[in-house]
Amino acid sequence: MRKILAVGSKEMRQILRDRRTLLILLFIPAFFLLLYGYALNFDIRNIRLAVQDQDRSAHSRELVSAFVNSGYFMLTGYEDSDAELARQIDRGQVRAVLSIPAGFERDLRLKRPVTVQVVLDGDNANTAAAVAGYARMLVTEYGAAQMLALTAGPGSGAPVIMVEPRVWYNPQLRSALFLVPGLIAYISMITAVVSTALSVVREKEKGTMEQVRMAPVGPVAYILGKTLPYLVISFVSAILIVLAAMLLFDLPMRGSWLLLFLSIGLFLVGAQAQGLLISTIAGTQQVAFQVALLSSLLPTMILSGFVFPISSMPVVVQAITHIVPARYFLVALRAIVLKGADISAYWQDLAALTVFATVAMGLASLRLRREWA
Amino acid sequence: MADAIEVRGLTRKFGNFVAVNDLSFSVKQGEVFGFLGANGAGKSTTIRMLCGLLRPTAGTALVGGMDVGRDPEAVKRRIGYMSQRFSLYELLTVDQNIQFFGGVYGLSGERFQARRQFVLAMAGLEGREKTLTRDLPGGWRQRLALGCAILHEPSIVFLDEPTGGVDPLSRRRFWDLIADLSSKGVTVLVTTHYLDEAEHCHRLAIIHAGQLAALGTATELKQVFDSRPIVEVQAARPVQAMDVLDRLETVEKTSLFGTAVHAVLRSAQTSPAMLSSALAAAGVDVRNVGPVSPSLEDVFLDVVERVGAAS
Repeated sequence: MRKILAVGSKEMRQILRDRRTLLILLFIPAFFLLLYGYALNFDIRNIRLAVQDQDRSAHSRELVSAFVNSGYFMLTGYEDSDAELARQIDRGQVRAVLSIPAGFERDLRLKRPVTVQVVLDGDNANTAAAVAGYARMLVTEYGAAQMLALTAGPGSGAPVIMVEPRVWYNPQLRSALFLVPGLIAYISMITAVVSTALSVVREKEKGTMEQVRMAPVGPVAYILGKTLPYLVISFVSAILIVLAAMLLFDLPMRGSWLLLFLSIGLFLVGAQAQGLLISTIAGTQQVAFQVALLSSLLPTMILSGFVFPISSMPVVVQAITHIVPARYFLVALRAIVLKGADISAYWQDLAALTVFATVAMGLASLRLRREWA
Repeated sequence: MADAIEVRGLTRKFGNFVAVNDLSFSVKQGEVFGFLGANGAGKSTTIRMLCGLLRPTAGTALVGGMDVGRDPEAVKRRIGYMSQRFSLYELLTVDQNIQFFGGVYGLSGERFQARRQFVLAMAGLEGREKTLTRDLPGGWRQRLALGCAILHEPSIVFLDEPTGGVDPLSRRRFWDLIADLSSKGVTVLVTTHYLDEAEHCHRLAIIHAGQLAALGTATELKQVFDSRPIVEVQAARPVQAMDVLDRLETVEKTSLFGTAVHAVLRSAQTSPAMLSSALAAAGVDVRNVGPVSPSLEDVFLDVVERVGAAS
């Protein structure tokens, strides 16, 4: 016990002395959060819209204001000339054009089908698809409202079915809320795996590990002493990310802090075990850094459901995601933070995290013990 | 009194490669025992086995009465170890390093304070407790490393090339510390490249290709030259002189020592004057020819050559 303390306080002092590492561990995560949080934004707002209104009627103006009031579009101006509109799209001054044909109001009154045209800049297919969806929704809503207005009144009972979508937990469908839990997983994974792997390999490289091995210190005491300080630091770092996300991105915290800490703790222990395992394989800090980065960054980014939903992956890839701890961590994190769900909803994920941490720790200590004596 | 270190048939293989082959020797308590050998001769592998870090493939070694193969942890508690890399934590201060090693060796309270003072005094680091180890000059760092290795007062200390990269003055001071330890009954097993340093050892073992090639005091080892005197030849062109000497019947072999040539003679009957005239006859510009007493370097080269020829 005293030996664990000796190794631990030595490690802590080293970390505190090495300002750069400490800075990287504590503040780079928050910086990453800002960077990704603002840059990784799948929301589309304030799309520059030009209107070609060939009807110039009360109804056509109503439709335009429906577009503008939705918040998705920002009116840049009215323009009649096709050539000028094409030029504006080419230059990127305008991302979408709403073209209302002459006779729009008349046809509506006569209950004749009308078509409005929406021209989109398709250079970013994702954005274009989303914008097309917004436009379709707005036009449909407007059409339905007109139908209702025209058929309303006593006696006329043409039933109109409307959909009223309610998105729970993230009513505005802001992607930040969806991404922040992923970012927490992503960042803590990287820092925990990399810092643990590096700290052990550094001692191997400098020869201090051999010196410690000559002392009557068992591998278990050594490992505990070495990993505990990093566990504390990455834990603090993860909590900092959560707090920063609450402050900057209005991340709600609907569930229990205790369960949040538990999930983060389990996840970090697993990540550290992964780092230890890497340190028993890698001989130099460079190799350790690369392996640690690759084995934590890519799976967490791609295979965890952070950016790409797991359910839309090929079956084989879906199977692989089962060994990515971030996958389980994300489910638990989103359930706790966004939904405030009961533990019964994600206990399996916590169990999976425990299994991962145990297996990785077992493998790492097995390998280390062989190396030690 | 039982020997501090007792090695019997110690062998270590790495796959097919035999790093240490059937090594046997013993070291008395309080002895300074030198381990000489070229790089890769098996010195470090032997030390690692004696420290309980590496299991022997065959043979036994008792260190402080404990079997290194059976009870390495008990061995580790009794020994101190310091390597050429002075494995200290560079980002920690002098004091923090001492605290760390005190902690891993389980020292605390008054005993730790007393040992800390002792190490600081021994290393001449009083008043520099808060200096970062990284900023210490090599000699100081070396003494601190030795201090950390003997913090727990081990009765046996292993020093693996402890003087590498340190200036001559610091080396001299370091050997004084080793003599101090020895006078207090601490057994010291030290490996070194510097053959002049090896003269400080009570006894020496020369290892070559994993085998014990010679064992004894420096004086004993030099006795191989009793019947084969060494003559030092100083010539304007040493290489030319070597050529001539090599062709003489009476000369066993030659080697270059700085700007001089050492010639080992086949018998004590040959006199330096005979060499001198032979060289002059061959037209070599000779400045001085005279007998020299053998150095450990002569011994080392001789031993390595003979063992190499035998295998």
